[in-house]
Amino acid sequence: MAETEARGPWREAWSVFKRNYAALVGLGILALVLTTAIAGPWIYPVDPFDIVGAPKTPPGTDADAVLGTDYLGRDMLAGLVRGGRPTLMVGFFAAMIATVIGITMGALGGYYGGKVDALLGRITEFFQVLPALLFAMVLVMLFTPSLVTVTFAIGFVAWTSMARLTRAEFLRIKQLEYVRAARAIGSSNGRIIWGVILPNALPPIIVAATLATGTAILFEAGLSFLGLSDPNMMSWGMMIGSNRNYLREMWWAVTFPGVCIFLTVLAISLVGDGLNDAFNPRLRTR
Amino acid sequence: MSQPLLEVADLRVHFPLKKRSVFSAPQTVRAVDGVSFSVRHGSTFGIVGESGSGKTTTALAVMRLLDITAGKVRLAGEAFSEFQGEQLRSARHRVQMIFQDPYSSLNPRMRAGAIVREPMQRMNIGTESERADRVRGLFGQVGLRPDQAQLFPHQFSGGQRQRIGIARALATKPELVVCDEPVSALDVAIQAQILNLLGALQREYGLTYLLISHDLGVVQYLCDEIAVMYLGRIVEYSTREALFEDPLHPYTWALLSAVPRMGRRRRGAPTEGASRMRLEGDPPSPINPPPGCRFSARCPFAESRCHAEEPALREIRTGQRVACHLVRDDGTAPHRPPLL
Repeated sequence: MAETEARGPWREAWSVFKRNYAALVGLGILALVLTTAIAGPWIYPVDPFDIVGAPKTPPGTDADAVLGTDYLGRDMLAGLVRGGRPTLMVGFFAAMIATVIGITMGALGGYYGGKVDALLGRITEFFQVLPALLFAMVLVMLFTPSLVTVTFAIGFVAWTSMARLTRAEFLRIKQLEYVRAARAIGSSNGRIIWGVILPNALPPIIVAATLATGTAILFEAGLSFLGLSDPNMMSWGMMIGSNRNYLREMWWAVTFPGVCIFLTVLAISLVGDGLNDAFNPRLRTR
Repeated sequence: MSQPLLEVADLRVHFPLKKRSVFSAPQTVRAVDGVSFSVRHGSTFGIVGESGSGKTTTALAVMRLLDITAGKVRLAGEAFSEFQGEQLRSARHRVQMIFQDPYSSLNPRMRAGAIVREPMQRMNIGTESERADRVRGLFGQVGLRPDQAQLFPHQFSGGQRQRIGIARALATKPELVVCDEPVSALDVAIQAQILNLLGALQREYGLTYLLISHDLGVVQYLCDEIAVMYLGRIVEYSTREALFEDPLHPYTWALLSAVPRMGRRRRGAPTEGASRMRLEGDPPSPINPPPGCRFSARCPFAESRCHAEEPALREIRTGQRVACHLVRDDGTAPHRPPLL
């Protein structure tokens, strides 16, 4: 008896994903972080740059600043609530830039091969051997540190692994018979690259892009820690960076934003792992 | 019926190999090295040979899915091998292909109906509703239910997938259908179904097939004319009757005697034991094929002339050509045991 219910590959993947508890936990944390980042400023409308109390107030001692204050007397909770948005935005958009560059380079190299592949491969290698954080620092310092420059700087240094992954997938898929069949029915190169091969190469790329978001968040935290971030935007990394000199006196000022970064990146990794399992047909138990 | 649908003249497909070092001479793989044949309207032409004989490369070159090094492919008198760019793209609906592996020939992200509809969309054939009707019709013709058009390839069995592949190949009403090992990836029971389907479709719609196979049984069942390939060249080119009843080339002879069979012996085929011909070794490399006859290195009857001079394909009798020095013009040869 053939089943007549049409279950697409995406729905099939979801049915595997939702059986993975760790991935669901990750998804839950991520949803919480996202909700806070989006709706937080309305729920807790305190400006994170306002001085609300005495500097270095420990958590739980001041009703106006439940999680304490930083070295200038700014509300920690306000910082955490507002800090999620720039952190996630940089992470998301930087990963997107990296993915777009990586897919383009990898797809063209893998599909056309030969001289195109050699040229794009050299360019990829050039970017790969540059120390990523240093290169991103240089890029940010060349322009004024802002959310946009930080995002682009991270995107520009993080695309190489995506390019290699995409290229490998294209090399594998382009020799499958359905690609030949697509050419036999008169599909153009562009259509074969973007309409036939890319959709089939997407699952591992999505996993890598998810994990790249986590990496980009860590990068952003690193740059902020070093003082290279938008000074008008309170981000978690910046909170750690500006309070780092007082680490021994006030554990809370670096711990809370650190925990936020940790949980967010962990959640993204768990989701990425779950997606990896969901898209891997060999792990499927039917 | 005067002009053949497909004419292939002196087709060559060579692949350059990467140089090992700057100083080494460039090497080329001569996958197909001077192959000529023609296929009549409504007939089935078979190409048989072992792995590496160049039969699939020939098929892909005819489909213009590989670059042709030299030679001509003419389709209904037109120089199909000279077509370029948009002219080639828009002519592709005239030749379609049924692929070997039904598990990799269908895009896993497309529904079966969309797979069959896509060739018509790419080629701008018909209106949206005409295409939908044709998809429904094709599903019926290949023995699938119309409601299965909703399903994705992984929800079908191998035989059903091959039926989808056949429907896709027929969607543009092609003049020539190239079948590359259409059943070799399927179970034996399913093979028979698919072969019967191919035969029925041919009778009903007057299709012309170019069939690539290593399976002599498949070839005998479907083909009107057969070319036997060895190392990029045709060694024997005959009608089905002549090839199976009176094979001339030692290689064909070896191929036929290698077919295991039960019970009734095929007429003219060698008897068990004494006249069974076994080949030693592997085919030589197509990078530097030996001078002379390409089969000479494995041919048990080879003489000095075979190692020096390449035999031409010559007609022994109507509908039977062979490339072998040893076959005399009257069709006798030292390797042939007397016919029963």
